[in-house]
Amino acid sequence: MAEIVEKKLIRHPDVFYYRLYAPLIAAKAKPGQFVIIRIHEKGERIPLSLADIDPARGTISLIVMCVGKTTSELATLNAGDHIKDVCGPLGNPTHIENFGKVVLAGGGFGVAPLYPIGRAFRAAGNRVATVMGARNKNLLIYESEMQSISHRVIVSTDDGSAGLKGVITDALGAWLEEDGADLVMAVGPAPMMEAVCRKTASFGVKTIVSLNAVMIDGTGMCGGCRVGVGGKIRFVCMDGPDFDGSLVDWDALKRRQAMYRSEEKESFEAWKKRHGLEVGD
Amino acid sequence: MPPKKKLIPKKVPAREQDPGKRRLNFEEVSLGYEPEEAMREAGRCLGCRNRPCVSGCPVGVPIPDFVAAIAKGDFEGAYGAIRSANMLPAVCGRVCPQESQCEGACTLGKKHEALAIGRLERFCADWRMRQPLKPLCLPPGPVASGTGGNGKGAGRRGKVAVVGSGPSGITCAYELARLGHKVTVFEALHEPGGVLFYGIPEFRLPKKIVAAEIETLIEMGVEIKRNAVVGKLFGLGELTEKFDAAFVATGAGLPRFMGIPGEDFNGVFSANEFLTRTNLMRAYRFPEYDTPIKTGRRVVVIGGGNVAMDSARTAIRLGAESVTLVYRRGEEELPARAEEVRHAKEEGLLFELCTLPVEITGEDGWASGLKCIRMELCEPDLTATDGRSSAAGKPSAGKPGRKIPKPIEGSGFTIGADTVIVAIGTSANPLLTRSAQGLRLHRGYIEADETGTTSLKGVFAGGDIVTGSATVISAMGAGRKAAHTIHEYIVSQKNVSQKS
Ligand SMILES: Cc1cc2nc3c(=O)[nH]c(=O)nc-3n(C[C@H](O)[C@H](O)[C@H](O)COP(=O)(O)OP(=O)(O)OC[C@H]3O[C@@H](n4cnc5c(N)ncnc54)[C@H](O)[C@@H]3O)c2cc1C
Ligand SMILES: Cc1cc2nc3c(=O)[nH]c(=O)nc-3n(C[C@H](O)[C@H](O)[C@H](O)COP(=O)(O)OP(=O)(O)OC[C@H]3O[C@@H](n4cnc5c(N)ncnc54)[C@H](O)[C@@H]3O)c2cc1C
Ligand code: SF4
Ligand code: FES
Repeated sequence: MAEIVEKKLIRHPDVFYYRLYAPLIAAKAKPGQFVIIRIHEKGERIPLSLADIDPARGTISLIVMCVGKTTSELATLNAGDHIKDVCGPLGNPTHIENFGKVVLAGGGFGVAPLYPIGRAFRAAGNRVATVMGARNKNLLIYESEMQSISHRVIVSTDDGSAGLKGVITDALGAWLEEDGADLVMAVGPAPMMEAVCRKTASFGVKTIVSLNAVMIDGTGMCGGCRVGVGGKIRFVCMDGPDFDGSLVDWDALKRRQAMYRSEEKESFEAWKKRHGLEVGD
Repeated sequence: MPPKKKLIPKKVPAREQDPGKRRLNFEEVSLGYEPEEAMREAGRCLGCRNRPCVSGCPVGVPIPDFVAAIAKGDFEGAYGAIRSANMLPAVCGRVCPQESQCEGACTLGKKHEALAIGRLERFCADWRMRQPLKPLCLPPGPVASGTGGNGKGAGRRGKVAVVGSGPSGITCAYELARLGHKVTVFEALHEPGGVLFYGIPEFRLPKKIVAAEIETLIEMGVEIKRNAVVGKLFGLGELTEKFDAAFVATGAGLPRFMGIPGEDFNGVFSANEFLTRTNLMRAYRFPEYDTPIKTGRRVVVIGGGNVAMDSARTAIRLGAESVTLVYRRGEEELPARAEEVRHAKEEGLLFELCTLPVEITGEDGWASGLKCIRMELCEPDLTATDGRSSAAGKPSAGKPGRKIPKPIEGSGFTIGADTVIVAIGTSANPLLTRSAQGLRLHRGYIEADETGTTSLKGVFAGGDIVTGSATVISAMGAGRKAAHTIHEYIVSQKNVSQKS
């Protein structure tokens, strides 16, 4: 059981920030790790990245976008409510050292986990630039947080409503052209990470990605999170979530992420009907 | 020789759910004995003086004694006798491979059917669970109950961390609590029980039985910490600092894949994923429960052990039109319990024996079939080791002297399948061991001797994480043995510290 000590809407209507009181996890967690939560007895186990870790206060933060049943049900909870199961920290911490110039590429809610990761890169002495992209201005999150830990933040939106107009890879390419990088770390939806890797390959810059395979236990026991990396089967929860992006079998990852689409839809629709809700209400 | 007695050649049959009905539900298949049936079956026992059945039992349950008690109608006495050696009779009566243990050694079995020892064990446990007696029969341990108030002894009791709540961890915790120690169990998942909970399906081992056993532990003062992954949330070193000793029983939970093309298609599962979704997450009750499962129309299961059988029978219950088991050896070599094979056949499971999968074919990203070749069984070359079991690190629970399968050229064929479940075994889970400095391993498994002692002071280990995938009863046996080793270790440590 973990209490939600703070909740806020950070992007209307469907992205929420939750701070949970989980002192044991907060004491151990490192940037790049995640937790698996289960809201109630009949709930699904879903993985969520740590968007912040505060050992002094004993809290961890999550930024969650409502995309289906469990994430939307989570959004019905408020400060003072409890989450039945919170298991973590899981996965391996992001490998932090002084590489020199590090570029963080964040797509959508992927920016959130990049915040503690970027802070650690900076503390290790790196020059940190952040390139963050979204479809439009309203979908950008965490810009000021990223400002606080980056030497430079570049924003891009597909429609040009904020920052540069275009896809994130254009902005990233322009920045690599201008300043170069010793390491790129990309977090976001799989197609975005894949596109980033294609872009950075042309610059010959090593790129680490944080994969979001479908998980159940998160302890290496089910093999559901497996993904091909460099021709070998790897388990994201145990061997990852960070991998060298140039080695990832993206097609298989994307395909497996979509494996339960129809069931997920069924479950979400049924839930919405029961609650007389439309998405985001 | 046993005294002269009129021989009844056949076991009293146990009532079972009708195959046609049960293939559509997850309720228990075997319904067990009524008291009268149990007494009748118990009456078949010859009471052999040399007690071969007891030697066949990995934990030495005093079988003839408990059977004699049943025959007299003294079910409480029978239960007590079993419980003196076996903490989980309701589980073992259901899942032990009796035919290769106690029943395999039974004198009756030489000419006739062996005594139905498993069914009798289960009968006692089920009977006891229905009684209003509380707590669930704890034979008093050598030391009075957990509070440890009695002067001299109390100071020598310690605090023990048990990692993993499978049969090995549960048994160790139980024994240690009986001996008066304060035990904390750390379990990675949200439900304790290990394979008993997430692996073995409801229709073979109802989860309420596992839950009742865990309840007993809690009543004895054992604390169970869920969602506590050792190696992540706590280091092993931290546990040995805060506790007098640690027992590691993390199982062999890491599923292996075959390494053939197509294993990343949608519709391909490890047996662990298929079973975890169904059992732990209750996907068979989706959408009431949130976790989904995909079962296609045509399911193929690769493997021949209990895990394969459980996956296949689960797929049948989830509504598959056809379920085919592909195994590279012959029927006699199937490592699954005989009863499971029989039940699976009755439920309509198809078998492709002496068959080796070589590729999973796909269409639009989904599995569409399994390409196979036929195998020919050759006499075992005793100088060579079996490739697969040696890859597992330790010999598996397979039958000795198994024949070696060799591919027959030009025998290729394809089985149509939209779901492929890989049940070819597991390897050691490195979650804990990776972070445990100084803990000696052998191919990922923890090196421990018969007493459960490892290379690290204060760290003991047992169950599948030591032996590789084995059985519930052997994991329990290791837990029990280690509990006594730990007890002696703690007492001797405390003696030393009291002297100094
Ligand atoms: C390591 C990791 C870190 C993540 N971090 C975050 C985060 O910080 N913030 C955030 O909003 N989301 C994060 N996700 C994604 C999040 O887990 C899914 O959005 C969530 O599981 C969706 O559940 P649902 O019931 O609301 O939606 P559903 O309708 O069930 O699913 C929507 C989509 O989410 C994915 N998904 C579904 N179930 C799972 C599952 N059990 N495990 C993984 N993915 C699943 C699938 O691609 C699916 O198509 C992360 C995923 C992973 C693997
Ligand atoms: C599907 C299936 C069917 C089977 N059928 C039979 C049968 O019919 N008869 C039989 O005798 N045997 C059977 N077996 C084998 C038997 O279940 C195992 O040999 C036995 O459960 C091993 O017990 P264990 O306590 O060593 O480990 P497990 O039962 O595997 O339990 C290990 C526990 O440790 C936890 N854990 C792992 N790592 C950590 C960590 N780092 N921190 C905290 N907790 C951790 C796991 O979550 C798990 O709960 C079957 C196995 C399977 C998978
Ligand atoms: S071997 Fe069989 S007949 Fe003999 S005592 Fe044991 S159970 Fe009874
Ligand atoms: S989530 Fe089960 S092995 Fe990774």
